[in-house]
Amino acid sequence: MGWIFIASLVLALVITHKPLGDYMYRVYTSVKHNVVERFIYRLLGVQADSEMRWAVYARSLLAFSVISLLVLYGLQRLQDKLFLSLGFDPVPDHIAWNTAVSFVTNTNWQAYSGESTMGHLVQMSGLAVQNFVSAAVGMAVAITLVRGFARRGTDTLGNFWVDLVRGTIRILLPIAFVGALVLVAGGLVQNFIGPHEIAGLTGPTNMTGGPVASQEVIKELGTNGGGFYNTNSAHPFENATGWTNWFEIFLILLIPFALPRTFGKMVGQIRQGYAILAVMGVIALFSVTLTNVFELAGDATVPQAIGAALEGKDVRFGVANSATFGAATTLTSTGAVDSFHDSYTPFGGMMTLFNMMLGEVAPGGVGAGLYGMLILAVITVFVAGLMVGRTPEYLGKKIGAREIKLASMYFLVTPILVLVGTALAMGNEAGLAAMLNSGPHGFSEILYAFTSASNNNGSAFGGVTVNTPWYDVALGLCMLFGRFLPIVFVLALAGSLAKQTPVPETAGTLPTHRPQFVGMVVGVTIILVALTFLPALALGPLAEGLLS
Amino acid sequence: MTTQTVETPKSTGRVGGGLLDPQQMVRSLPDALKKLNPVTLWRNPVMLIVEIGAVFTTVLAVLEPSFFAWAIVVWLWLTVVFANLAEAVAEGRGKAQAATLRKAKTDTVARRRSGETVPATQLQQGDVVVVEAGEIIPGDGDVIEGIASVDESAITGESAPVIRESGGDRSAVTGGTKVLSDRIVVQITQKPGESFIDRMIALVEGANRQKTPNEIALNILLAALTIIFLVATITMQPMAIWAKGQNPGIPDSLALTGDGVSGIVLVSLLVCLIPTTIGALLSAIGIAGMDRLVQRNVLAMSGRAVEAAGDVSTLLLDKTGTITLGNRQASEFVPVAGVTEQDLAEAAQLSSLADETPEGRSIVVFAKERYGLRERDVHNAAWVPFTAQTRMSGVDMAPDPGVSGSVGREVRKGAATAVMKWVRDGGGHPTDEVGHIVDGISASGGTPLVVAEKGRVLGVIHLKDVVKSGMRERFDEMRRMGIRTVMITGDNPLTAKAIADEAGVDDFLAEATPEDKLALIKKEQEGGRLVAMTGDGTNDAPALAQSDVGVAMNTGTSAAKEAGNMVDLDSNPTKLIEIVEIGKQLLITRGALTTFSIANDIAKYFAIIPAMFAAVYPGLDTLNIMRLASPQSAILSAVIFNAIIIVALIPLALRGVRYRPSSASKLLSRNLYVYGLGGIVAPFIGIKIIDLLIQFLPGMS
Repeated sequence: MGWIFIASLVLALVITHKPLGDYMYRVYTSVKHNVVERFIYRLLGVQADSEMRWAVYARSLLAFSVISLLVLYGLQRLQDKLFLSLGFDPVPDHIAWNTAVSFVTNTNWQAYSGESTMGHLVQMSGLAVQNFVSAAVGMAVAITLVRGFARRGTDTLGNFWVDLVRGTIRILLPIAFVGALVLVAGGLVQNFIGPHEIAGLTGPTNMTGGPVASQEVIKELGTNGGGFYNTNSAHPFENATGWTNWFEIFLILLIPFALPRTFGKMVGQIRQGYAILAVMGVIALFSVTLTNVFELAGDATVPQAIGAALEGKDVRFGVANSATFGAATTLTSTGAVDSFHDSYTPFGGMMTLFNMMLGEVAPGGVGAGLYGMLILAVITVFVAGLMVGRTPEYLGKKIGAREIKLASMYFLVTPILVLVGTALAMGNEAGLAAMLNSGPHGFSEILYAFTSASNNNGSAFGGVTVNTPWYDVALGLCMLFGRFLPIVFVLALAGSLAKQTPVPETAGTLPTHRPQFVGMVVGVTIILVALTFLPALALGPLAEGLLS
Repeated sequence: MTTQTVETPKSTGRVGGGLLDPQQMVRSLPDALKKLNPVTLWRNPVMLIVEIGAVFTTVLAVLEPSFFAWAIVVWLWLTVVFANLAEAVAEGRGKAQAATLRKAKTDTVARRRSGETVPATQLQQGDVVVVEAGEIIPGDGDVIEGIASVDESAITGESAPVIRESGGDRSAVTGGTKVLSDRIVVQITQKPGESFIDRMIALVEGANRQKTPNEIALNILLAALTIIFLVATITMQPMAIWAKGQNPGIPDSLALTGDGVSGIVLVSLLVCLIPTTIGALLSAIGIAGMDRLVQRNVLAMSGRAVEAAGDVSTLLLDKTGTITLGNRQASEFVPVAGVTEQDLAEAAQLSSLADETPEGRSIVVFAKERYGLRERDVHNAAWVPFTAQTRMSGVDMAPDPGVSGSVGREVRKGAATAVMKWVRDGGGHPTDEVGHIVDGISASGGTPLVVAEKGRVLGVIHLKDVVKSGMRERFDEMRRMGIRTVMITGDNPLTAKAIADEAGVDDFLAEATPEDKLALIKKEQEGGRLVAMTGDGTNDAPALAQSDVGVAMNTGTSAAKEAGNMVDLDSNPTKLIEIVEIGKQLLITRGALTTFSIANDIAKYFAIIPAMFAAVYPGLDTLNIMRLASPQSAILSAVIFNAIIIVALIPLALRGVRYRPSSASKLLSRNLYVYGLGGIVAPFIGIKIIDLLIQFLPGMS
């Protein structure tokens, strides 16, 4: 039944991408501010109608993120002094830093157990707020890059505060509101109950209630992934039934798959948006299918012994639908899990790892996926463009030295963070001490942790004691650099693109809307990533999977 | 240069290149070795990394000698040498041309008007010198007095002498060329040491070659790839040490010990992964591109201009000489009522017998071909030449005294208004019919010449601009390449449109003044288009300077040559089309070899990763899909392939990849198949073959 699950998801996304993409186009191009927005701008002292240059845009974005970081860190450290703490102690400094970075960077790596660490105030006004705004930041950056392509001969790219507020208020909040109601109907809890004992099948268990549904919906919609509970979407209060599982995957993919349409409308060529969508779709379908195949084949010792790769998966979802969730969460920057990737078959686990290594571009995190994919398109155009006998251009904008420099730097950041981080962990006492497994699998767990953090995914393979100071700091730095360095490069690229006057399209122009180009971007993406990570993958999942 | 023949444009559009002489490789070897100096090699970061790796492995091999280690060391050094060889060969071809040019730059002596002689090298801008028959012109300048025939074969390779005269668009002379007849006074325009020949020598030698914008951008991408692979290889070390530590029972292998992957293998992997193929050939591709232009007698003043040529989306072509044959030809005789075609033809021929203009000749030829009228000697005739005032020419014949009843005859041909006036003055009353015929011919783009005799209009000669054969196909080709062609002409819009339609250009600019031309270029550029044009006159200079690719004709003025960024020594405006193709070919070659280089990496991983780690994780031997004999032979094979492919591709880099004008999609598909897919497959086959050969060497098992 796995394929009906996948097919119905695809169908739902096909239906929603158009109206949502068009709606987002109107949100980011409208010149009107509504009452609530005007109030917020007055409160913040923002001149909403003034346009920003890329550097100003970047400074505003970074300032906002630093303040978010400090507030979130403070909330955690002071939670015992504030209300709704449920009696929990202040969060230890290294975990608080790691968590603050994690939520501000849209990673939502969790070095803590939510239900036994965070009170309702931190969860709601700290974590959940960041779930909204960090997603809105990602979308703002993507829209800015798109403006870079769409505008001509200007050095301004829009207003960060307007993009941030509109993304939150006009896009994320309304969908989240409806989505939360659906999830409550599906059996998710939404209350303010603290830890209490309930009678379970095997005796009394401790359960913490809370505003779960409202946080769950933005956790998926904003491709955040930080669960209210430690077991994340495998917890019945976060993901009650088979159909809430479907709905959560749908929420994860909803915005990322609609943004290419927004892109197409903004650059005035919807077909360009569909080409990008096709690249994302091809890679995603390929990955989901392979993950399903590997998991259903169950080609590993334990699955062979018990008849299916069910270890670490919940029977209410089943093998196939868990695999689909696993692929969706790593193809985007979500990192929510409804099953344990650590227990996947070696190749199934490798797929989740590989999805992240792709840079989370198919379809990727909200906003981050689109700008990551556009960077890959720029790199593809650079090489392919030369092969048609012209200096390269994408959407009429020349890809010259400055553009390729910024795109290259963007592309360099995450592989360097992943590989250097992993290498440091493997050559360092503090890094090795946290390993609970040996052999290639143990290595995969470390590799996964750094891949997840650097790509701002947030899911964990497990098997590593990551709440140690060394890992909290190392992974925290990976998340921070993995988020904001690329963003600065993207904004700078947008700035230099917006300045250009577009070159008119002729028969000599490389067409970037045909299957030929889609195939090339897919090929370049997979080959570049494979070449970068093959040695590491060989020592991890490949060694484990080919052990036979 | 003198041995080069001028290639005529072929309709297939295939841009060929010079052949690669194997001896050239040997001759360039010393230069290639000189380039091993890191001070010069730092300009090529990819190869610098290879050299550092080669030094490092040499040290390791000295400390711990083995056949395998030394074999790797040798091939790593060879990789760098091969890369330098590619550049040296490309430069070598330029050097040969420079040597020929230097011969023209013999020590000449200049003579001032006062009769004082000074060495040519001491001439300053503005100096005035006298050059007489048999003397060498001492420097670049403009003729300010006199007219002379000049042998310019030293720079153009063309042995036929050209005329240089003061004033007008044929006033420029080049230092080093020889005056064959007469005497001219030349005002020097060059600065000392910056003559045209000096610049040509510098250009073909690549002395001050600067990286072009696209080359810089590509270098950045290659540097980024190099960094990625550097990080991937270095960070692999702690992972490998840990993996080895997990399996303490497995004995150390040559590739992997408890201390990690051996330095030699690590460097081998790195060199195989970084884009050495394109890194090695990149500068050779650029030099060869300039060289291909030189072979066609075009001098590009900068590599940037060659690159821009590939991007051109609008071509401005002068009608005369480029699209049409340059002169109009008679194509029809249209008589008025009451006159037979034969009579008209006879009168037309008579009026043109002494007319040596191309138009006049064409009338005589046409009369002979179509009406069988042979040229004849005419007695007692007074020829009336064309003047700007009368705007007509013809003949006045006195009565032949030897023939009784013979009457004199006056025949005129010329511009309609002028001839009609002459007829009216002679008492005639031309009918409206003449006006209709004239208008009809004008409307069809032709030039009407009215033929009349005293008091009576006989008819009209239809002179037609003849479009060169094959031009329509050429322009169709351009259109498929996405290039818009605009015809520039001084003709009236009606005539211009007719010729534009016949030639198949996309647009035309009629009654064009230099200002109109400049405005058109600016307008195209505002829309983001790159414009190429040719020009020779001083009044073309602003437009040449404004255009992205401005090709000045060598026959043109110094101002035009100064303003353009290319000079065509053959002064053949049609060559603009070839220049565009060469620009495109240069960019395609770069892109194709970059794709090939990156695609190669896949096979190398399949060779080296199992070689390194199969001992620890036997399952990884599954990745050894080429079934290479041993880890040592696998690694060595990959390194050898990586080096040999550079040499194998030197001819391609110099010649440029095959280019046929077609749409971007088709070009891309073809190149993707050949260089993308080929780049993936070729190394699998190559490495396997090398492995089959070297597996029997000592130390390979």
